[in-house]
Amino acid sequence: MHERRIERLLTCAALSSIAILALIILFIFKEGIGAVRHTGVLNFLVGSRWSPSREVFGIFPMIVGSLWVTVGALLLGAPLGILCAVFLSEFAPPKIANLARVSVQMLAAIPSVVYGFIGLVVVVPLIREYLGGPGFSVMASSIVLATMILPTVISISLDAIEALPSSYKEGAIALGATKWQAVAMVILPSARSGILAAVILGMGRALGETMAVIMVAGNALSVPTGALAPVRTLTSGIALEMGYATGLHRQALFGMGIVLLLLILGLNLIASSVGRGVRR
Amino acid sequence: MNRLKDRLGTTLVWLSGIGVMLLLAAIVGMVLVRGIPALSVEFLTSAPEKMGREGGILPMIVGTMLLALLAVPLSGILGVGAAIYLAEYTVESRLTRIVRLATESLAGVPSIIFGLFGFVLFVMTLGFGWSLLSGALTLAFMTLPTIIRTAEESIRSVPGIYREVSYALGAGKWQTIRRVVLPSAGPGILTGIMLALGRSVAETAAVIFTAGSSLKYPRTLFDPVRTMAVHFYILAREGISMERAYGTAAMLIILILIVNSVALLLMQRFRAKV
Amino acid sequence: MLAKVLVRILMLLAVACSLCVLGCTVERRGEHSITVAGSTSVQPFIEVLAEEYAKERPDVTVNVQGGGSSAGVRAVLTGAAELGMSSRALKPSESAVRGILMAQDAIAVVVHPGNPVLEVDTVTLRKIYTGEITSWQQLGWLDRRITVIAREEGSGTRGAFDEMVMEDAEVWPGCLVQDSNGSVRETVAHDRFAIGYISLGLVNASIRALSIDGVDPCFESASSGEYPLVRPFLFVVKDEPEALAKEFIDFVLGEHGQAILAEEGLIPVNARTAN
Repeated sequence: MHERRIERLLTCAALSSIAILALIILFIFKEGIGAVRHTGVLNFLVGSRWSPSREVFGIFPMIVGSLWVTVGALLLGAPLGILCAVFLSEFAPPKIANLARVSVQMLAAIPSVVYGFIGLVVVVPLIREYLGGPGFSVMASSIVLATMILPTVISISLDAIEALPSSYKEGAIALGATKWQAVAMVILPSARSGILAAVILGMGRALGETMAVIMVAGNALSVPTGALAPVRTLTSGIALEMGYATGLHRQALFGMGIVLLLLILGLNLIASSVGRGVRR
Repeated sequence: MNRLKDRLGTTLVWLSGIGVMLLLAAIVGMVLVRGIPALSVEFLTSAPEKMGREGGILPMIVGTMLLALLAVPLSGILGVGAAIYLAEYTVESRLTRIVRLATESLAGVPSIIFGLFGFVLFVMTLGFGWSLLSGALTLAFMTLPTIIRTAEESIRSVPGIYREVSYALGAGKWQTIRRVVLPSAGPGILTGIMLALGRSVAETAAVIFTAGSSLKYPRTLFDPVRTMAVHFYILAREGISMERAYGTAAMLIILILIVNSVALLLMQRFRAKV
Repeated sequence: MLAKVLVRILMLLAVACSLCVLGCTVERRGEHSITVAGSTSVQPFIEVLAEEYAKERPDVTVNVQGGGSSAGVRAVLTGAAELGMSSRALKPSESAVRGILMAQDAIAVVVHPGNPVLEVDTVTLRKIYTGEITSWQQLGWLDRRITVIAREEGSGTRGAFDEMVMEDAEVWPGCLVQDSNGSVRETVAHDRFAIGYISLGLVNASIRALSIDGVDPCFESASSGEYPLVRPFLFVVKDEPEALAKEFIDFVLGEHGQAILAEEGLIPVNARTAN
């Protein structure tokens, strides 16, 4: 019957998400597992030498690089984002709030290469001139990434805060709290699971960013020795050499993709279980 | 003491809010101020010469639009179909939870992975090569979660009474969906589609590895194409022509701002209705 | 209402575009086009040549693709491309194809124009890139850390540099890596304490090339062989190139083509064979 057919078609459409995700995992694994096995899983993950021409594939410096850069981005972006969400929901007069909300949405729309480029022409020289080092650094990457994850952190934190019953805030104010006290002692703690989810998703975004990072990180292969040292992340490592890589080298890059995928999928799972109470 | 903390907290909050707006203004301002001067009619209607050192960006504009206009209807149809299924045909069950989990996960997969995936599947295994086709398919997969999410929310927001009235008048399920639910959820769904469009236009990592970076006009579905984002990346990184780089970026941002503004307007209209 | 109209317009546009694009699929594929794939160092030059060639032969489309020298060889072997481009000599393992020399390229070691160091010898250069020498003071300038810039693994330029300068020594993992000649140049141009290597043809006023082993890098010294860091740019073919490809090769090797290459900063073949 007509209705049956339609239902079947729609079921297929719905299953497409699962199918695509499965395909992605399948293909990335298939392409990358060769190199990982060749090197040995442990050596691959912990080895600190990456030298494709000699078929040595250790991605530890890049794992560390990704983590450092992400932590830096979170340190800079999460507080700013959360505070901005508080601003939008509690402190801003309606007209300014609207303007700010639009700003956040526009920030989300700017292409990553533009962020990277501005990082390259503004942030990197500033760091090089005033802080030292080559400028291409963990710090530059973190600054650029922090800006890029702001929309994510802000909008999801905002959802979490706005989902709270207004009685929470009203109750606090009725008890004599100031706006800030209401925020700090009632609202933020109550919304904390949603805010945590926002931060974790921001973390996922930072981990996954490629183009902007390539432009400002320096892409050095050694484990970064400080915030001013150049760094290479998993994502930029893949993108950098993918254009030319063949054979085992290419497989190793896919191996990095496996690690990246696992990290991010894992983070997403954590985020969704943590933020389960939040209406998205 | 409390007064001090209070003042500090309030100041920080205000600084954050204003700071974020200033950030946007600075970024967009910098690109537009340097880029708009380069946006002459000639720039927008001619092809690049000497690898982009001279000439314009018309092939890139055409390429970007073709890619997005091929990718979005594909993910639109698939995504809206999935959303209809999730919202209308099922109750919360293990299957729907898995589908939702898959969609959420897909939303989090980084674009470089989509680039790798598209490269292995479309460019290599299926033999499409670096092409509009490979790029569009990859972008379609990438934007799917966005559409499913917004479409489902819109469909669910259609008041139940609409459906009940429709059934009461004797309409079938699919008829109801087609004639009552979808039109009502229209603006919301369209928002999702516009967001997907914006994303497709801005994407770089996934596109470079699947659509290539040829400077020519794509004449067939199997020809490589260079989008504005990719062109900007190459021009800016290699210092080929800063003027044209900024011009490309300005054009790109203007395009994205237009698409997103339409999406926002639609979303506001949609929220106002509900 | 507005929404419905917009949807209809979007769909119409999409369908129109697809039909348009699909409709063109009919002709053109393979008939009058050749694909040239391989080294991204050679690619920009072939693209300029293709542009010029299109003026003489508007009926032929030359599609240029990157992927690296090795990928170019493979593309020719599998037939994915009629011609390959290589920025290094062919390896013994690549005996199934042969190379046709189209030009030579010198690799210039560059520094910021404000850097007083004018020359370096190969041994010192190697030590800089292995991380043994870390300060400009060791080269007679200020005591500042050298910002060493290399290309990414897999790049023909990197391969050539590693082969000619590093020999078997390993490049210091702490050096910055950029993924194109242009970005290396941009980075060096903006950092007083940087050093990097790029194609001689891409050297411009924003940076300065050092003398290597006492020889100034320039057209004459490179073509005479005096300048040590020179590498071949080859067309890679399998057996005899087919008609359209052969015509393009002839164009590149002819007077017009070689003049263009020289203008772009390469060392034309004719000058080499005159040696």
